[in-house]
Formats: sequence, C-alpha cells, structure tokens
Amino acid sequence: MSKSDVLNTLQNAGLDVLTCMQCGTCSSSCPSGRYTSLNTRRIVRGTCVGRDILHDEDLWMCTTCYTCQERCPREIKIADTILAIRTIAVHEGIMLPAHRKVSQLVLKYGHAVPINDDVKEKREKLKMDPIPGTVHKYPEALADVQTLLRSCEFDKLVA
Amino acid sequence: MSKLSLFLGCIVPNRYPGIEKATQLCLDKLDIDCSDLPGASCCPAPGVFRSFDKPTWLALAGRNIVLSEELGCDVLTICNGCYGSLTDANHELKENVALKKSTNVHLGKIGKKYEGTVDVRHIVEFLYDEFGPEKIKEMVVKPLDLKVALHYGCHLVKPSKERQLGSVEQPTFFDELIEATGAKSIDYPDKMACCGAGGGVRSALLERSLEMTKHKLSRIRDAGADCIVNACPFCHLQFDSGQAEIREKFALEYNIPVLHYSQLLGLALGFPPVELGIDLNIITNKEFFEKLRGRIE
Repeated sequence: MSKSDVLNTLQNAGLDVLTCMQCGTCSSSCPSGRYTSLNTRRIVRGTCVGRDILHDEDLWMCTTCYTCQERCPREIKIADTILAIRTIAVHEGIMLPAHRKVSQLVLKYGHAVPINDDVKEKREKLKMDPIPGTVHKYPEALADVQTLLRSCEFDKLVA
Repeated sequence: MSKLSLFLGCIVPNRYPGIEKATQLCLDKLDIDCSDLPGASCCPAPGVFRSFDKPTWLALAGRNIVLSEELGCDVLTICNGCYGSLTDANHELKENVALKKSTNVHLGKIGKKYEGTVDVRHIVEFLYDEFGPEKIKEMVVKPLDLKVALHYGCHLVKPSKERQLGSVEQPTFFDELIEATGAKSIDYPDKMACCGAGGGVRSALLERSLEMTKHKLSRIRDAGADCIVNACPFCHLQFDSGQAEIREKFALEYNIPVLHYSQLLGLALGFPPVELGIDLNIITNKEFFEKLRGRIE
C-alpha cells in the first residue's frame, strides 16, 4: 500500500487527521509515552505527511487508553486512528510475534487466555466446575467459533 | 429491569475464578435475574483483535451477543475490555446496516443471525443505574473499614461518546459504589491513568507495560491504600501478577492486595474472603487478611 493510500483509507473510515495543529496535548497526556518511545503527536504528523507509518514500532506501544482522543482540542480520533493504522499494517503482514501467538490461541481454543491446570485447581477449591461454561465446555460452540474465524479468513491473516 | 446473561470473557474464568464466584454470589444476594451464557468465547479483546481485523472482531462479538439474544437477555459484562468490545460492536451492528449484513453472512454459516435486540451492560454501570449507592448501602451487612485505591480502568468510561457515563477526567459513580460498602475511596495522583496492560502492550512488550503499572503502584502505596479495587480482570491481572513480575524484574516489593468490585461487595454483603477467592490472588498480603478477619468476621 502506498503512503497516500494510508491517509485515504483512514479518511474513508471517517478518521480525519489533517486538522491536527501539532499542539502536543495527545503526547503529553499519553501514559505509555512516559515510558516508551510512543509519541502520538509524531504518529499523527507522520500520517499527515505520508511517512512510512506502517513500519513504525511505536504503533504497538499504545495501550488504547483513549486519553489522547478525549483531550484532543480538534476532536481527532487519535486512538481509533492508531488502531486503524494497525489494521492496515497487519493486512500488509506486519505483526508482532506475540500478537500472532495470541491470535493462534483464539483459533485453537476460542479464548485469548485459555484455562490451565493451576486455574482448574483454583476453580475446584471454590467449589466450581473446573471447566468454565464457555467454549471450553462445549466443543460444538468452539467449532462454531472456528467456522467464523475461517469464514473471515482470520486463520490466513495470522498464519 | 430486563433479564441478564453473565458473559465471562477469558481472564475471569481462566485466571481469576474468584471474580466469577464473587459475582454469582453478589447477583444472587441482590436477587438479580441473571442466567449463564453457555458456549460464549473471547469477546474478542478490543485492543488486539479489533485492530487486526474488523470483520473478525464483529463476527465473534456478534456471535456472543446473539447467544444472549437467543435467551432474551441483555449481556452483563464484568470486564472493561469485554464491555468495550461488546458494547462498541453492538452499537456498530445496530447502527450500520451494511456491517450488520456482512456480519450476518458469516453468522449464517453457523446458523445464527444478529438481530440487534439486546443491550450490553457493565456490572458497575448496571449496579449504579439500577440499584444506586443508597440501595447497595442498605443491603450491606458488614460495612468495610478499608482505604481503597479505586482504579476505574480506561474502557469503562472511554471513549466517552460511546459510553455516556459522565466525566472521564473525574468520574464519581464508581467511587460512590465503593463508599456504599463502608470503605473509603481515597484520592491519589494519576488515579485515572492506565494500568499499562491494554492494546496488546502487555502481551508483546511486558517490561514496558510494567513501567506504567509500577508508576501507578507507587502512587497507590504512597497514598496509604489498604487495597486496589478494579472492575476489569485485565487490570486486575496487571496489578496482581504484575506485582510479582515487578518484584522479579525491578526488585521492587509493593504487596498491595487487588480486588474486583464483586469481591469487595461480596465482603460487605457478608461473604468470607475465601469464598470470594481473594486468597487465590498472586499477592496475598497477610496484614490485609488479618484486617478483614478482625473487622469482618
């Protein structure tokens, strides 16, 4: 995808970043930016000027707390924009290994955090069924979730 | 008040079952009509799956909502992430005809159809709106003498346009529910700051996410809190497991107990800590348990 296509894709999704005046309210409000290289103002600027934003590793340091979006005086949907840029990146094959792994867990178990023996024991201590009444307990429900994931070609996306 | 079904998500049943147990006990005690939601899956997690592929996010969230539609129930969530994911997906599917149609193509393959007939609730928002702090206070049998550092968690109140729960900078509704139990909700700097876990940061960049957690824990310790209370199992995990990880990685000890609101309310409604699974946390602070024993039993 070309750099201008990123901006077009965002605009088609109702995400207009071009009104940004670079005031820095977003980056100064960012809890992640205190401890990581994430600079939301720079991401918005980079998107506006067509920098190669898809390979920017800062994209993955946003905790999606939405403080930037709430405080933006221009009402730019900054967090939603970061998430939308991630979507484009993932569809271009750019994804962190840990995120690929957690996606595989959902494909296999229908849960991003599946049960383990330690927690089964904890459930028994609480006089609960060791297996929760979710997809873990109903194989046909898990099969349905897997059908949906294949129907959306999520299995191919995260392979 | 409409009927509810309890959506468990992933972390509650598969990491912190005490929260599931405490929620069931509180719902029974408050005489809230809430059924199980058999076969539900991951919501799916908003920060990661939503940002990977929107059709996948809508299909899985849509299926979970349909399960509740089939029971004629609103969905009750006990996690900010599940609440954010399901409430946003429900909103998009209700409002956007094209998205509803494309999502139903996927759902049709498993014999399901999204109709858009139910709402998604969060237990804190539900208790505040349907009961209110005064009524909760009347139900309390063991008022708690605790100083609570409340952590709202981001996705309970933000994005605010979709939530409509009042101020995102200084909300009070959750504090009022804490104080209804007799506990004091103490003020502390950066109270509304993120725990550091969301958006896939914990799963991919653990140390970075723990830096944010460490910052909040220091603020909470300095404010003299007896415990942290949250309404999001992912924040719960980040604060509880996170303290053990911080001990290992940064050689810092906080030893602050972490409770979900269902567990705090359960204590105030008279249930002992072990029945609420509070002792099954990673952090088990002896002084805190002694305090609970001395003042509750």
